[in-house]
Amino acid sequence: MTQPVLTVNNLQVTYFTEAGRVRALDGVNLTLNPGEKLGLVGESGSGKSTMALAMMRMIKPPGRIEGGSVVVDGVDLTKLNDEEMREARLSRISYIPQGAMNSLNPVMRIGAQMRDAIKAHKLAPDADDIEKRINAALVSVDLKPTVAKMYPHELSGGMKQRVCIAIGILLHPKLIIADEPTSALDVVTQRQVMQTLDSVQKQLGAAIILIGHDMGLMAQFVDKVAVMYTGRLMELSTVQDMFTNPQHPYAVALIKSLPNLNQRGVFHGIPGLAPALLRLPPGCSFHPRCPIAQDICKAQVPPLEAKTPTRFVACHLVEKIKNEK
Amino acid sequence: MAPLIELRNVSKVYSKGLIARASTVALDNLSLSLDADKPTIMTVAGESGSGKTTLAMLLLGFIEPSSGQIYYQGKDITKLSPVERTQFRKEVQAVFQDPFAVFNPFYPVDHLLSVPIDKFKLADSKAKARNLMEEALNGVGLRAEDVLGRFPHQLSGGQRQRINVARALLLKPKLIVADEPVSMVDASLRATILESLRKLNKEYGISIIYITHDLTTAFHVANSIVVLYRGGVMEAGDIETVIKSPQHPYTRLLIDSIPWPDLDRRWGGDQMPIKEIEGALMGTGCKFASRCPFVMEKCKNLPAHFRLNQHQTASCFLHDQHPMLDVEKLTEVLPM
Repeated sequence: MTQPVLTVNNLQVTYFTEAGRVRALDGVNLTLNPGEKLGLVGESGSGKSTMALAMMRMIKPPGRIEGGSVVVDGVDLTKLNDEEMREARLSRISYIPQGAMNSLNPVMRIGAQMRDAIKAHKLAPDADDIEKRINAALVSVDLKPTVAKMYPHELSGGMKQRVCIAIGILLHPKLIIADEPTSALDVVTQRQVMQTLDSVQKQLGAAIILIGHDMGLMAQFVDKVAVMYTGRLMELSTVQDMFTNPQHPYAVALIKSLPNLNQRGVFHGIPGLAPALLRLPPGCSFHPRCPIAQDICKAQVPPLEAKTPTRFVACHLVEKIKNEK
Repeated sequence: MAPLIELRNVSKVYSKGLIARASTVALDNLSLSLDADKPTIMTVAGESGSGKTTLAMLLLGFIEPSSGQIYYQGKDITKLSPVERTQFRKEVQAVFQDPFAVFNPFYPVDHLLSVPIDKFKLADSKAKARNLMEEALNGVGLRAEDVLGRFPHQLSGGQRQRINVARALLLKPKLIVADEPVSMVDASLRATILESLRKLNKEYGISIIYITHDLTTAFHVANSIVVLYRGGVMEAGDIETVIKSPQHPYTRLLIDSIPWPDLDRRWGGDQMPIKEIEGALMGTGCKFASRCPFVMEKCKNLPAHFRLNQHQTASCFLHDQHPMLDVEKLTEVLPM
């Protein structure tokens, strides 16, 4: 049996705001094997980005990781000291943030920015080796090595985004977290960036977590999908199961809301709004919008349970629905 | 048929630099019109830099065309009298991309609705103004008591964008120019906004120009589509025909790159390779030639529009066996 590259166990993040404690991540469990691609979907405010930041240990006050562990490649990141964590970033776990292309320094050449990343990790002592790594990283994202001599403004949005991917994979991390890497790009560039990410992932054998709300992108890219809602995982299944036979009522509504080529002009929005994290309803946080909610849903938080070896659903009623059919 | 709005050979060129003038053709010789009697939803699609937003600005009268004219109900919009201008401003409304930026965070959202009421003197009493606001909000599926009196930060992006649509509706416009109205809204809330737009078209008889790069949503709301690339029309026609059977290489690339939420329809199934844009636009040939996998010698000349069938036209030499269509008559292929 392969060793999982990532094990997240009961991860909890709380923001201490003036209005009270906000639980942004409420006991999330996750495992990921090498080479697997996981999609993390949810509405804005569902905790997707908090999850990524928590795994990178980049949650800023007033937020704090309150409990749980993040084990990447056998090392528990939550137990490292700050210096060890700094070294782990980019070499074990790397993060491509939303709008990464705007994070490039406009007055530094691309090569110099990449050199910084390698030097900070003291992994390649001599200059030749550094250059080789930079060239290899640029080539693997389909850019010419001459891009290293350019400034960010000389590149298009898609090229800048691919530079960010190149920086992300410089030190061959075991896990890449990409937070909406294509949200500002048009469809053709989006496909190009995602295909680059795909080929890079295959070369490195790394696992990827793709965060986003575009289910279409998920269908095209990932192997497994995790649906988040109010800081909790609602369902975790393979992409086939998720699209053909979603179980959790929220996942069902999400799949139903997708545009479809066969029924033109038919919309299925999800009625209601996601609750504010400060005032979560008791029990299952989805029950006010759930079409099949029962009394038990208002009283108890449903745990994420394995319904089959590859499917995890957090709903009191899922077993029942199956039996009725 | 009397056109509601008509563009005649409209071009827009942006130039910069005092000594070495560099110019960018944002929109190149576009002729289009919308029928006043048959309200429709027309999509203008294209990637960033295709001239979509320039077109929106021109239609709204924010910028003037470099050449060509835009007529609103038969009158050139750059030569309107002050009274006509106010009328134009009232009847042509906009919904913009960012539902966050249009609100002033210091005022409750009522402000966005009450300003146009004051400005256009739509109501002579507070009660009447309130009624108008409620009516407009109901029109987009919001309840007045849920949103009025609240501050922008207390509402979701989807609610805010629907208030923007309600503001446009308040003025009983004849045309709404919606520039990427759903691209910054969560996917699960998009459906409600698109539904409001369709309702405005069907129930209130408002024509809508829906500007987007997202062809999946366009497919669901629009009747016709115009695909722009670097300021030129590549393909146009009935939305169902164009999306299901695209003929121009650019449209094929665009549609092939849509991540359909469908496991049976994989990305890149059409085998359209993606090529980088190399350098700035040169010469007078086909604008897509530098990225086109089917590029030929004759692509150095500008292709005319070839009419493939009643409701589809493509500007590409691959289809030159079909009859040519005059650029000015592009509207003929667009179903109303």
